[in-house]
Amino acid sequence: MPQLLGDRRLSDLQWHRRMDGAAAGNHRSRTNGKTLTDKYFMKHMTRKATRHISQNEGLIFEKSSPGKAAWKLPPLDVPEVDTSKLLGKQERKDLGTMPEVSEIEIIRHFTRLSTWNYAIDLGMFPLGSCTMKYNPRVNEFVSRVEGLANGHPYQPEKISQGALHILKTLSDCLIEITGMDAITLQPAAGAHGELTGLLMVRAYHHSKGHPRKKILIPDSAHGTNPATAAMVGYAVENLKSNESGMVDVAALAAQMNEDVAALMVTNPNTLGVFEHDIHEIAEIMHAKGGLLYMDGANMNALVGKARPGDFGVDVMHLNLHKTFSTPHGGGGPGSGPVAVKRILEPFLPKPVVVSKADGTLGFDYNRPQSVGRVRAFYGNFGMFVRALAYIFANGPDGLRQTTEDAVLNANYIRKGLEGTYDLPYSTRSMHEVVFSDKVQAKKGVRTMDIAKRLIDYGFHPYTTAFPLIVSGAMMIEPTESEPKEELDLFIEAMKSIAAEVEEDPQFVLDSPHNTRISRLDEVAAARKPVLRWKPEA
Amino acid sequence: MSYPTDRKYTKEHEWISSDGKVGITTHAQDSLGDIVFVELPKVGTELTAGKTFGTVESVKAVSDLYAPASGTVTEVNGELATSPENVNKDAHAAWMVKIAVKDPAELNVLLSAADYEKFVSEEAGH
Repeated sequence: MPQLLGDRRLSDLQWHRRMDGAAAGNHRSRTNGKTLTDKYFMKHMTRKATRHISQNEGLIFEKSSPGKAAWKLPPLDVPEVDTSKLLGKQERKDLGTMPEVSEIEIIRHFTRLSTWNYAIDLGMFPLGSCTMKYNPRVNEFVSRVEGLANGHPYQPEKISQGALHILKTLSDCLIEITGMDAITLQPAAGAHGELTGLLMVRAYHHSKGHPRKKILIPDSAHGTNPATAAMVGYAVENLKSNESGMVDVAALAAQMNEDVAALMVTNPNTLGVFEHDIHEIAEIMHAKGGLLYMDGANMNALVGKARPGDFGVDVMHLNLHKTFSTPHGGGGPGSGPVAVKRILEPFLPKPVVVSKADGTLGFDYNRPQSVGRVRAFYGNFGMFVRALAYIFANGPDGLRQTTEDAVLNANYIRKGLEGTYDLPYSTRSMHEVVFSDKVQAKKGVRTMDIAKRLIDYGFHPYTTAFPLIVSGAMMIEPTESEPKEELDLFIEAMKSIAAEVEEDPQFVLDSPHNTRISRLDEVAAARKPVLRWKPEA
Repeated sequence: MSYPTDRKYTKEHEWISSDGKVGITTHAQDSLGDIVFVELPKVGTELTAGKTFGTVESVKAVSDLYAPASGTVTEVNGELATSPENVNKDAHAAWMVKIAVKDPAELNVLLSAADYEKFVSEEAGH
């Protein structure tokens, strides 16, 4: 009944009445055996979602019957090859258990599974810090252009000029957007970008003859930052945030010394707050010979407005799968280019794209100070095509408006939910807003429970329990993709859940109610993991 | 809640008893949630006060364990390898390692039960 669900003119009361009328009778909840009347369900539903038949589907192995096949092949009309002769000991005789199913069974299997998914194309995906924005169809169109889709990295440079031109143009665009001097597109994702960036920091300090030992990291940082620093061999020193949730400049000045290689800062930080002392932070680092690394995960709040290169950042990564609209999550792959200032350029991973004397583009491998290659070939090329399509489709003004809309949307949600949920830091929000479960915790309902209930309302949950400096954090990032109507549905859902917590906290603690399966037993899964399917004996 | 007075506490939420047993506090296990794995050092490992000596993994997070004092590990509570939930059941009984404390004076700088309780209630501010 899409026209019914979409009818915005109905008052809430009218809507609930119509929904009550539309679904009659009792339904037994599959998940906990309790009988819940439709009325009870509907009272707690909003306009975004209703129930729908959900197809049960087992494992593909369970559908198998011996000898069944999707295709019947014609008899072999070439001489048979003796595989054992070719492969020797490497020949695998026992292929193990393989599912044997017909074509329609396999199509239905995966189609049914796909209906269990949640996706940005179904609705808002407010997973804070992940920038789950819409992946425009034009990106997909361009990436499927034959010459790009079928290009091969082993093609000679001479016939790869188009692909090289894309690498060069995207590099130039990202350099302009970040205000940096040079870039590598190789890293496969954000944390890989961090690793590449810190390898360059290490190579830089080595070249100065003074390899340093420590990396400073604020307590609001993404967990990948300390992990990266440790991977590169640095000791991690924690930097406490001040009362506004920002880097404490005095504490930084006190902790900064000649043993510190770099500060890794996220700006805006994980509270969605812009570090407005960033110039002073950079000066403190540079005065003692340290570098400023910026985690660009939150670049969606800056594009077209402020450039890290202009506020003292020496090295930073971008997440094309966040800021530049390439597919995220299971869809990926990711892409984490690293942009640097001139002083770090010699250390960039090789090869780098260069313009040659004859006017063509090519790869330069002669980079004696390079940290080496960090990724096979030249990175996730398909993502470069999509990111460039996004940049060109928007243009400079469009990108600027994207930033403005992302910030506007986050603040619209902030305004809508302020008073209903606790706002631990009142500092102005940029592209995301962090609430806490302080009010609801009094009824024993925590951020994870509210997130689970949000699934019943047809939304992907927000980020729970992060950043670590907020107890019971609820981190919400709508991105610019959301129209006001969707934001209103989200606010309505969150308010409705808050009301449920007051009326009937146990109902929220038992959620989700409207999903295929109830809450998973994460403890049993961690303590007694079953990692592979085995046929029943 | 009241914390046992027969031991000292750290701001990182470990306790150490007079016989050198080390564990985490009830408050720590409560904020971590269900503990699914505890990684501990081997007997003979030298611990340094304030440095990590192991990790505790819950469904929510993996957290470092910090040594309340310097010393050599003389015993490890092997039960926790198969029954990490013991820490949730009674954190003040489920000791993790026993150490031969190098310098007993180091224990003097740690928190008393009353001070720790005060620290925890202040920390809950945000």
